[in-house]
Amino acid sequence: MTMNRETILNIILAVLLIAVPLIAQAMDEPFIITLATKVAIFGMAGVGLNIALGYGGLVSFGHAAFFGIGGYAAGILASHALNYEPIMSTPFEINGTTQMIVIWVVALIASAVIALLIGAITLRTSGVYFIMITLAFAQMIYYFAISWPAYGGEDGLSIYVRNSFPGLNTLDPLSFFGLCAVMLGIVLAFSAVLIRSRFGLALQGARQNGQRMMAVGIAPFRVRLVAFVISAMITAWAGALYADLNRFVSPSMMSWHMSGEIMVFVILGGVGRLFGPVAGAALYIMLEHLLGSTFEFWQLPLGILLLVVVLFARGGLIGLLAGERKHA
Amino acid sequence: MFSLFLEQLLNGLQSGVMLFLMASGLTLVFGVMGLINLAHGSLYMVGAFACAAVAAWTGSFWLGLVGSLMAAAIAGALVEMIVIRRLYARDHLDQVLATFALILIFSEGTRWLFGSFPLFLSVPDVLSGTVVMPGGFQYPIFRLAIIIAGLTVAIGLFLLIGKTRLGIRIRAGEADRGMIAALGVNIDRLYTIVFALGAALAGLAGAFVGTTQSVQVGMGEPVLILAFVVIVIGGIGSIKGALIGSLLVGFTDTMGRFLLPIGFEAFFDPASATAIGSALASMLIYIVMALVLFLRPSGLFGTEA
Repeated sequence: MTMNRETILNIILAVLLIAVPLIAQAMDEPFIITLATKVAIFGMAGVGLNIALGYGGLVSFGHAAFFGIGGYAAGILASHALNYEPIMSTPFEINGTTQMIVIWVVALIASAVIALLIGAITLRTSGVYFIMITLAFAQMIYYFAISWPAYGGEDGLSIYVRNSFPGLNTLDPLSFFGLCAVMLGIVLAFSAVLIRSRFGLALQGARQNGQRMMAVGIAPFRVRLVAFVISAMITAWAGALYADLNRFVSPSMMSWHMSGEIMVFVILGGVGRLFGPVAGAALYIMLEHLLGSTFEFWQLPLGILLLVVVLFARGGLIGLLAGERKHA
Repeated sequence: MFSLFLEQLLNGLQSGVMLFLMASGLTLVFGVMGLINLAHGSLYMVGAFACAAVAAWTGSFWLGLVGSLMAAAIAGALVEMIVIRRLYARDHLDQVLATFALILIFSEGTRWLFGSFPLFLSVPDVLSGTVVMPGGFQYPIFRLAIIIAGLTVAIGLFLLIGKTRLGIRIRAGEADRGMIAALGVNIDRLYTIVFALGAALAGLAGAFVGTTQSVQVGMGEPVLILAFVVIVIGGIGSIKGALIGSLLVGFTDTMGRFLLPIGFEAFFDPASATAIGSALASMLIYIVMALVLFLRPSGLFGTEA
């Protein structure tokens, strides 16, 4: 296998992401480990969005809804388990759980169902309509979470003890980082396989020219819908991990600022690039940390920087370091 | 009960009219320049802060209103000339991201200048107090004045678009920008004017609404999203659609919040009726939007899909 510059860059990024927390552990800096965990989780959310946005050309401005659904799956199941209240008792009893694996499965199923509904309506439109309608659906779910009092409403829901994973002490920062990093690796590998598969080629073909896809007998709507659902599921999975990282979930996970941030990770790193979201998330969190510790109004320079990137540095970080995309 | 219903209808009309001031600028900018502008809510915030600052400084609400129009128009023109102009040829993704960055800049800049505490605008003496309406209920004069002012501006906007030279150029710009540039219209200046006009309308709405609520950073964002819903329902680029959409959203939202909790009391106990009713009411306009799009994917008066 010949390695092009992007592959080498991806390997460097992966090594850095794993090395930084290990060094931080040796230097007894748990906060840095938490930052790296955040990068892994946000990177994962971005990898999800990148499938719709980067490969499918579907500019979803509502992925925070799925991120939040994943978070609430963790929060709701854990709160029932920790309070010993069954979720429902008739006709049969369903109890909460603190097992991450069960939580993830619930998060994936719930997000898939909701993404299928939202996608079936929104994918009838395109362009600006699609952007605004995905945003509007996310707002609808956001307001529902705020006004529904059973799970904390606007105040959110605390997860008193981080949920558990067999054979792992999830409360140890480095172990939890390891878990998140492995999940990120799985999602990256899945994404790499997906875009090279027949399905991935059809998706990218639908982005470039829907009518030609129809001419060769592939319905773009169905391909896009499946991609939208997969994209939402990955983002929801990241959301479940994020809730466990903070041991807290609130409607702000679903706010449109969050949707914007996930989009920023993808674009800052490079749209349609495998490691783009990870690079973008890492850059964003480093900036947030560095600017935030020196300047109270750190979003001001961040906004200016973002503006400069959009106006003058197209292709994001990966594009800057590894050149243009090969099969654009 | 009936007078309460009438009062809520008026509130719905007021919210619809204010939404129209926001949505008309947004839909004009999209229709003429093909630009999706998330920072429109920031211009609304600029208008509210300018009104509060000028009113506090001079002691006159009216000067504050003038200040809000001027500040928002100037901010709009500057932003158009420095940033927005570079985005017309870009795809929507770049536009979303760049205007998202503008929101960060505007919000954080305003927080830096004015602090995080909300400001309050007081209603001028002439318009304070209430008036007895037909049906026998008291209604604040100021809200009534907002409705009248908003409707006046709406009529003015329709006249501007329909009857003036500038309006002809704007409509021509929507139809074919290359052609009107070839006919010798300074397209750059036209775009700046349209953007500043939309900004001024948003700023005016900010000043009005800031008087009934509080003036704070982030106040523009909920309104911005409602305005998006409005123009998606009405059809992006259509002023008529923006008007119908605004009124539809204003009434649906206000009446939903008022009627749904009452309606659910027929089926549930009062506490859960309020909970379910208000949860559903907060989602109602999005449900209406989804329905409209399901039936007409490019909105009620939209032409382009």
